[in-house]
Amino acid sequence: MRVPILKQRDCLIASIQSVLSDEDLIGLRDDLAAQVGRYRSRGVIIDVTVLDVIDSFATRTLRAIAHMLKLRGAETVIVGIQPDVAFTMVQLGLTLEGVGTALDLEEGLAYLEERQSKRDYRHAK
Amino acid sequence: MPNETGILPTETRVPISSAADIVTARQRGRALALKLGFEGPDVTVIAAAISEVSRNIVEYAKAGEIVLRAENHGAKQGLCVVAADQGPGIPDVAQAMQYGYSTRHGLGVGLPGAKLLMDEFDIVSKVGQGTMVTMKKWLH
Repeated sequence: MRVPILKQRDCLIASIQSVLSDEDLIGLRDDLAAQVGRYRSRGVIIDVTVLDVIDSFATRTLRAIAHMLKLRGAETVIVGIQPDVAFTMVQLGLTLEGVGTALDLEEGLAYLEERQSKRDYRHAK
Repeated sequence: MPNETGILPTETRVPISSAADIVTARQRGRALALKLGFEGPDVTVIAAAISEVSRNIVEYAKAGEIVLRAENHGAKQGLCVVAADQGPGIPDVAQAMQYGYSTRHGLGVGLPGAKLLMDEFDIVSKVGQGTMVTMKKWLH
């Protein structure tokens, strides 16, 4: 199932609607890499609230997405990791090193705005 | 799923040959765990362990099977997951069980990760014959 990607000003929001197979995650990666270019997005939010499991493959793919998008000039933030999912990831020793995370969509947008204003400030100096 | 008599079937078998089957296996595992009385993070932990061993089947053996069943041992009750395939087998099981070791481009978390998540974990593998992982989680 394809993950819908919404454009909100200079952000993209990928809102995962159902459990994802490995192929769906790879599809999300490719869609985001293309759309960041198409819309010249500076930030990407991936909402994983509905994911009941984030296993090693999902972690590796989310990390790859964030690093790829960084190379395309966009900041990624993963939002909505559920408490039980976080617990399981810790048990598995899985980390999202170098990837932004936030509690929910609202916090994710705030995170990106903050990043953005820091970047604009540096550019203005 | 309860059968006509309302009794839990002794086991659920999920054939594994694609990424979609991995999702099916962990959903069945989650459903069985909830039925057996597992709660909170344990349910997610079981689903994640099933996900890891199922993916191993798809990646290395191409096809296999996940068997899920209720397990009783004395007063202990729990859930047993068997992941079996007739794939190439693992030449060095000790190495495959090292955290962070992968012959592919994975994180090397699959099998050792599943072992970390479950209470009991056993693996038997014969080169040219296949691999069988048996793992259990007990209700606390």
